[in-house]
Amino acid sequence: MQSKTLGWLLLAPTLIILFFFGVVPFLYVLWVSFHQWNPFAADPGMSFNWATNYRQVVFDAQFMASLGVTAAFVFFAVVSELIVGYLLAQAFMKDFPGKAIFRTIHTLPLIMAPIIVGSIWKLMTTPSIGIIPHLLHNWFGYDLNIGQSAAAAFIVTIIMDVWHWTPLVTLTLIAALVSLPPDPFEQAQIDGANKRQIFWHITLPMIRPAILATVFIRLMDALRTVDEVLMLTGGGPGSATRYVGVHIYKEVFPRTNYGYGSAISVIVLYLTIVACWLLYVSLIAPRTSKKG
Amino acid sequence: MKTKTPWLFILFWLFVSFLTLFPIYWLFVISVKPAVELFSTPEVLLTKVYWQNYIDVLNDATLRRYMMNSLIISSCNALLCTLLGFLACYALSRFDLGGKESIFFWTITNRMAPPAVFLLPLFLLLTQVYKIGDFSLADTRTGMILVYCTFNLPFAIWTLRPTVDGIPKELDEAAYVDGASPFKVITEVVFPLARPGLAVTLILTWVFAWNEYLLAATLTNFNARTLTTGLSEYVTTTGTEWGIMAAISVFTLIPALIVFSLVQRHIVAGLTFGAVKG
Repeated sequence: MQSKTLGWLLLAPTLIILFFFGVVPFLYVLWVSFHQWNPFAADPGMSFNWATNYRQVVFDAQFMASLGVTAAFVFFAVVSELIVGYLLAQAFMKDFPGKAIFRTIHTLPLIMAPIIVGSIWKLMTTPSIGIIPHLLHNWFGYDLNIGQSAAAAFIVTIIMDVWHWTPLVTLTLIAALVSLPPDPFEQAQIDGANKRQIFWHITLPMIRPAILATVFIRLMDALRTVDEVLMLTGGGPGSATRYVGVHIYKEVFPRTNYGYGSAISVIVLYLTIVACWLLYVSLIAPRTSKKG
Repeated sequence: MKTKTPWLFILFWLFVSFLTLFPIYWLFVISVKPAVELFSTPEVLLTKVYWQNYIDVLNDATLRRYMMNSLIISSCNALLCTLLGFLACYALSRFDLGGKESIFFWTITNRMAPPAVFLLPLFLLLTQVYKIGDFSLADTRTGMILVYCTFNLPFAIWTLRPTVDGIPKELDEAAYVDGASPFKVITEVVFPLARPGLAVTLILTWVFAWNEYLLAATLTNFNARTLTTGLSEYVTTTGTEWGIMAAISVFTLIPALIVFSLVQRHIVAGLTFGAVKG
């Protein structure tokens, strides 16, 4: 049929580009990961070495540590964003003068380049340049130095992520709260429920789908975080903020050990897909399948 | 019903806005200070403004080239992705293609994957595999325009699909009955109606390409470097040129701010792929 051919023709450029820059890299990295390949080693050729690279990854303490800090970072960042975002969304539910302006200001960080966010927070927290270490020193006598204290660096990366991404959570939760029907709340008030009961038994269950969708999106993005952390701490001090993406960028890539680097890439990709797929299946799919 | 005066409330929002805006303000403060003043006590209020950092950035031929590269790459990429995404959406919406919903979902998986895992394979493919004779895509603008499609093309498809689906099929059918060619239907019937959606997609894909750092930093080393990679070049182990770095950041920030004012209300829907309506 002529018209079907036309349809495929219109789709073809998209499929070709995504094939060469999305599928081929994936297959290629998979293929390389089963080989010993280091162009600058004594034997620069490529030789098949079964799963040696993968065995090496599993026993790589640095990589495992990186997975650990990534998990901690994602957990604390996403939880803080949810709590702060929910409180701000609730605060936006009331009417007050200048609401639109405040909302615009609050949305601002979303469009900023991650690398710029990283450089802004670097300028804020670098001792002797930044205002934060200065104030902390004057007020509490605490010397903030993200170049030396692992805990401080870790916390600053979380604050940076919260600053950058809470607006997204706020706006998505506002959308959810606005669409709630008023009846259950009125009924609960008539029945004499207090605020906490209303929150736990009515608001929370009703906005659960929106919260889960937000968690899904934020989790996916937090796992991808590289630019801003690279700029702010460079993964240090030591490996305190060496999140998985940063680890690949700093360690795997410059080492020219392509076989091993590929194995790490495959494992990280696999872990991400599994995490996202599990979330998708358990949280979002039931909702959409009911609709369809 | 009369409620309490919302002054406390406004005060709260002023505080939140302050927390949001202050870091951006601080970036500006650093960018208009001479290097010698940076290491004295940090001052919040500006007493005098020193524009030399901006002049230095604009006078630097390398940075001007980076800026040009950023402009060319993000503009071409945004145009390409919006055009191809539009055609793909038209195909997905109007034709009965086998497995088209799977294709639709597959496109988005390209964007979900962490970009870091594609650094190595893309680098190897660009430098060693995708080349004809002496011509390779590594470190070229064309290469970067195509690489950026991996995240912007799926985005364009996902944001344009509702727009194209929302244009009544009866309109193109009527045009076909009148003897119009498919090309004419797309350019003269569907395109004008899809224009608002296309504009938003164009602008947001432009921002994503403009903001990209990781791929540009690894896949280019001289010819096709972009402004965001220039930023990290001023952070070195021997010392950082803070003022210049801040000035470049401001230059990178301005287009995003302009864009922000244009498509503010579409941003959330864009960032969440419409999973949540903004």
